[in-house]
This record gives sequence, C-alpha cells and structure tokens, in this order.
Amino acid sequence: MPTPMKYIDEFRDPQLARKMLEEIGRKATRHWTIMEICGGQTHSIIRNGIDQLLPDTITLVHGPGCPVCVTPLESLERALALAGREEVIFTSFGDMLRVPGNARDLFMVRSAGGDVRIVFSPLDALQIARDNPAKEVVFFAVGFETTAPANAMAVYQAAREGIENFSVLVSQVMVPPAMRVILSSPGNTVQGFLAAGHVCAVMGYAEYEPVALEFGVPIVVTGFEPVDLLAGILKTVELLEEGKAEVANCYGRVVSREGNLFAQEIVKKVFEVNDRQWRGIGLIPRSGLGLREEFARFDAETKFHVTNIIAEESPLCMSGTVLQGLMKPDGCPAFAKECTPQHPLGATMVSSEGACAAYYKYHHHIL
Amino acid sequence: MTIVPLCPLPIMQHETVQMAHGAGGQLSQSLMQRVFMPNLHNNFLDLLDDQAKLDLPPGRTAFTTDTYVVSPLFFPGGNIGELAVNGTVNDLAVGGARPLYLSAGFVLEEGLPLVELETIVKSMAEAARRAGVMIVTGDTKVVGKGQCDRIFINTSGIGCLREGVNLSCRNLKPGDAIILSGTVGDHGMAIMTSREGLSFQSQITSDCAALNSMIGAILDEEPLEIHAMRDPTRGGVAATLNELAQSSSVGIEINEATIPVKPDVRGACELLGIDPLHVANEGKVVVVVAQDKAGEVLDVLRSFDPGRDAVIIGSVVGDHPGMVVMRTLYGSRRIIDLPIGEQLPRIC
Repeated sequence: MPTPMKYIDEFRDPQLARKMLEEIGRKATRHWTIMEICGGQTHSIIRNGIDQLLPDTITLVHGPGCPVCVTPLESLERALALAGREEVIFTSFGDMLRVPGNARDLFMVRSAGGDVRIVFSPLDALQIARDNPAKEVVFFAVGFETTAPANAMAVYQAAREGIENFSVLVSQVMVPPAMRVILSSPGNTVQGFLAAGHVCAVMGYAEYEPVALEFGVPIVVTGFEPVDLLAGILKTVELLEEGKAEVANCYGRVVSREGNLFAQEIVKKVFEVNDRQWRGIGLIPRSGLGLREEFARFDAETKFHVTNIIAEESPLCMSGTVLQGLMKPDGCPAFAKECTPQHPLGATMVSSEGACAAYYKYHHHIL
Repeated sequence: MTIVPLCPLPIMQHETVQMAHGAGGQLSQSLMQRVFMPNLHNNFLDLLDDQAKLDLPPGRTAFTTDTYVVSPLFFPGGNIGELAVNGTVNDLAVGGARPLYLSAGFVLEEGLPLVELETIVKSMAEAARRAGVMIVTGDTKVVGKGQCDRIFINTSGIGCLREGVNLSCRNLKPGDAIILSGTVGDHGMAIMTSREGLSFQSQITSDCAALNSMIGAILDEEPLEIHAMRDPTRGGVAATLNELAQSSSVGIEINEATIPVKPDVRGACELLGIDPLHVANEGKVVVVVAQDKAGEVLDVLRSFDPGRDAVIIGSVVGDHPGMVVMRTLYGSRRIIDLPIGEQLPRIC
C-alpha cells in the first residue's frame, strides 16, 4: 500500500470519489455540458478515467488551457530560428521541445548543434545568463497567468542587475478572453466551466464574475486531483440545476478571491495587455501580454529581428476546434491516423497537457 | 633552494587522464598497473593476454552486452562502474543464466581525474565480487576533450543457462500472475534529481543491485513454472509490460493500488509530472509465473533484500492482445502506453 502523501492522497480517496459520483448522478436531472479550462485538468480526468465514471447526464468538453498548444506556430518558428544561432543559448520549459514547427522541433535544432536547454524556472535561465556573459540567453516565455509572474520576475531582475545578455521570447496568454470567444461562438455547447485552479491561485476569481453574469454561466474554481475535479463538477451541476450563473470556489486550499497580489503586481509592472494569436484559434484581441516599453530591450523578437518570420498551420490539424470544445479529439479524422505523438500535426497531440495527447495516451481510441 | 634539472624526466604521475594513457606506451602500462590490475586482478586478467581463455560448463551459453553512459557518473546509491557490472549481470540472470564472466571496455575523456576512474574501477571490482562474476578481459581508449562525456563503459557478459529453464517474453499465458520485485522509479528519479539544474533536495537513492542470487533462488528451487522475466530498466515497468504483452500477443491488466512507489520518488514524480511506471529501475525484476505458484515465488523474492517489497501487480489476460491496461483506484481503466521519448518535466 502506498504511503499517504499529504495534500494529495486525501484528494484521491476512492471512497469519497464514489460518493461524489453518486451525488452528481442524483443532482443532475437533465443533460449538462461542462468545460474544464485547463489541460492539466483534462489529463487528470482522462488519466483517472473520470469521464468513464460520470453519469450519462454529464458531458465534459476540454478547454484551451494548454499553454504549449496555443503558442502560435509563428512564435515557435521564431524560437527555432533563435535556437539555431551560434551566439544563443536557448532555454525553455521541457514541454516546448517536442512541439512541431513547420519542418522541425527544438530537439532537432539541438541535435543539429543548437544550444537548447530545459529549465524549470525562468530564474534558472537568468542564472545561465549570469554564468555565460559572452553568450545571449533567450528564454521562451510561454504560458497562461500561471507562468506570467515568474517570467515577469526574471525580466525585472535582469533589468535591476543590468544583465543585458538575457531576453525573452514572449507568448503569454490569458484565460478570460478565451472563455469569451468560446461562449460567443455560434456552435457553443458549453453551459458551465471548471475554472483552472492554478490560474486562479495567481489571479483570484473576481475577474470571472462579469463573465458569469454576461453569459449566464456558472464558473467553478477547481483543482486537479480526482476529488477536486468531482467537487467542481458537483458544484457546477448544483448551480446549473438551480439556474444560478455565479462564480464558486471549490479549490479553497489554494485560491482566494483576490489571488496573489504580489504576483499580480510584478506582472503589471513588466507586462501590458496586447492582442495575441492563439494556435488553431487565431487572433484574440487583448488576450495576451507583451513587455512594457521600459523592458522592451529584453524582447528577443526585436533584439534579434525575427518579427519577419511568419508561418501557416497544417490544414489537416483541427486543434482549434478541439481547443474550443467544439470537437472531441477522437472526433478528428486525423486522430491516431495521420496524427500521432510520433508524427503530430499540431501541438495538442504533443504537450503533456494537450487534449489529443491525453486521449491518445490513456484511451488510445480503443478502450 | 629548488634545483631544476636541466634535462627533466618525462612526467609519469598524472592526476588526470592524458591522451598518452590510451596510446599503448608507457603511460598505458602505468594506468594498468596503477588503476586496473590492483583492483580487478584474477587468474585470467593477470596473464595480460589479448583474450581470456575460458572453460565453460556443458550446456547452452547466454551472451549479452550493454553500454553505460549515465550522467552524473556518481549518483546517490551508486556510480557508472557498479551500474555497468550489475546491469550486465542482471541481463544474463533474467534469461535464466548463471552469470560467470564479464568484459569491460572503457572510453575515457582526456582530463578525467584519475581518482574518479579509480573509484569507478574499485566499485566495479566490488560489484563483481558481490555478484560472483569475474572481469576477465578489458580495453581502454582515450578520446580528446569533448569527444565523450568523461567516461563510457561497455560490459559484455557470459553465463551458463540452467537446464530445463525456458524463459522467453513469448511465453505469457492468460491467467499468469505478474510479479514486481519492489518499488518503481528509484534509479531514474535518483539520476534526475541529482542532475544539475534541478535545485531541489531529495533522499532518493538508486536501486542499482545485482539480482542473480535472488533470481537464482526462484529458478533453482522446485520448478515454479516461471514463464518470463525482464528487468524494467529504460522505459520503466510500462515499457517492459508492453514488450511482454506484444511478444506473447496477450493482454496485461495491472492494478494501480498495488504498484509500490517510495514516497519521495512519488513526490518527485508528482512535481515533475512524470509517471513512475515510465521511470528506469536498475535493481528490479518483473516475473511472469503460473498463478498457482505466485505465492511461493513471492515468498522466495521477499526473503532477499532487493525483493523485500515484491508484490503481485496484475495478471495476463486473453483480451486486448498487445496492450497493457490499468485498473485505476476509482475502478476506471486506462491504457499504459510506451513512453514516447525523453521524459520531459511539465510546464506548470
């Protein structure tokens, strides 16, 4: 029997999970479609087979909250170009290395001689810059509101210490604008949301209140373990049944209404809101973050003149439809045929948080 | 006052490996005399011939080879030398052979501190002694700076196969029990958490160990109807089970609740987003045995230190041939697939 692990095992308790499943079955008097925003939640759902255990009245659709999946091909092509340069040490979260560009990924650049390194924090990338003053260290700053504070902090520290051989290739995106796009889509089926717990740990959940009100949907802040997910689903069903379009917090051990104010402050200091391309979805106005004027010299795109690199996506890949919850991964004609983790057409088949990868890995289109 | 000789003698006592150590001349000899012979000597090696002349017992012979390039060279619970001996011993043992003789080939990078080489060779000698095998022939090459990562070691091994024992990954039959000899992921996570750039502390120790005595005990006793054995190294238990299922065209079902994982290995895996079933082991064995003999095999395994946590994790089934399916803690089912490539830590 595995040794109990605090803050994990009590949220993986099979008996508690069973009780909550029964409760969901009792509460749901009709069919409801609920979207989990975050790719981490998608993986936990599929990995633990929660979708197999839910009553037929509940359909889960998978949301766009996978930073690797929505990073536009353009940013990726720019990353590949930078990583191949003689003077550059290119640093990235590990997830990005396998994401396919038009013809190659970062692993291929590395095997061709590029200095590509996996880091666990942008502050580690900054340390590499301190240790290698003769090199240019570029960090691939991708992610949602979860990665923004540490990425902002790395730039802020670089500015404060005058580390001029450090720069960031920014592809920061935000959740609420994507929710608005999904809810405004004519084909939308989503009736309630499980909000991404880790994003809310940083941002709080006050910013979801206007979304709930405007579109008439309940939004429930939810964690990642099976019991967390079931608690979030149960609360969403209760709100839907009662006809309440409000925000609730089922991840109280991590999330408060106002969020992490220190983290928000550093993000505001370094970044400003801008328009962003989302891979598979397209341009979403005021959905991203870019460096403020005073930190512009740390912007790798302008520093190395790669803004002229543009790219187009495979017409076969339907990841945009999947990311908006309009199609399940195994509904895509290319799924497990032209598109596999070995030969991915899009990032959703690669990232550890991608919905297509989760379906392929755990369901394998057979079970 | 220091007297500087006008015609200095060539320097023979280096602190680090020089290109000349691999050139076959005097420095090569000094490396043999200073590092290899004092630690590894035996009746075969002492002859300094280009080959070992061996008398093998009658019957069939098992032969295997493996190359070790682990980084870092020294990790909690072992080093590359120990790993190179135990790994090859285990590859022989899981085939049903009694490991007897090993060869050792070294590729050394110029500049490797000799004291590190000595430590590595000493632990190879110690590992060989513990496993009851002899290193009977060897070779050393030196390459320039940057042409290898400090030291690479190849070991090949010869063992004699037990009569009447027929282990093969094609032998699995529906109904067989799948036994795992202990906790998963210890070696891989010990390596990963001791690598540079991962700045968290852990107490995770590699499980690196020779398993031939333990495996011998379940093969030499009364016939226990063991059908297959594999050591779940690279790719972890997940890869091993998939290989077994595919080779025998049978399905395998395992039960999540039974998989033993040490708490700190689990913690590190949780943090990095890695499935412990995909992480390498260096002192574990997966045993496939007829269901009615599983209890006896467990008892024998548990009487050895590397097998003290041995447990039945699942069984062979007739359904879904070639696939490994896990029953989760919640009663749902999911596929256990081969890992795609390098284990990548997750982003957030």
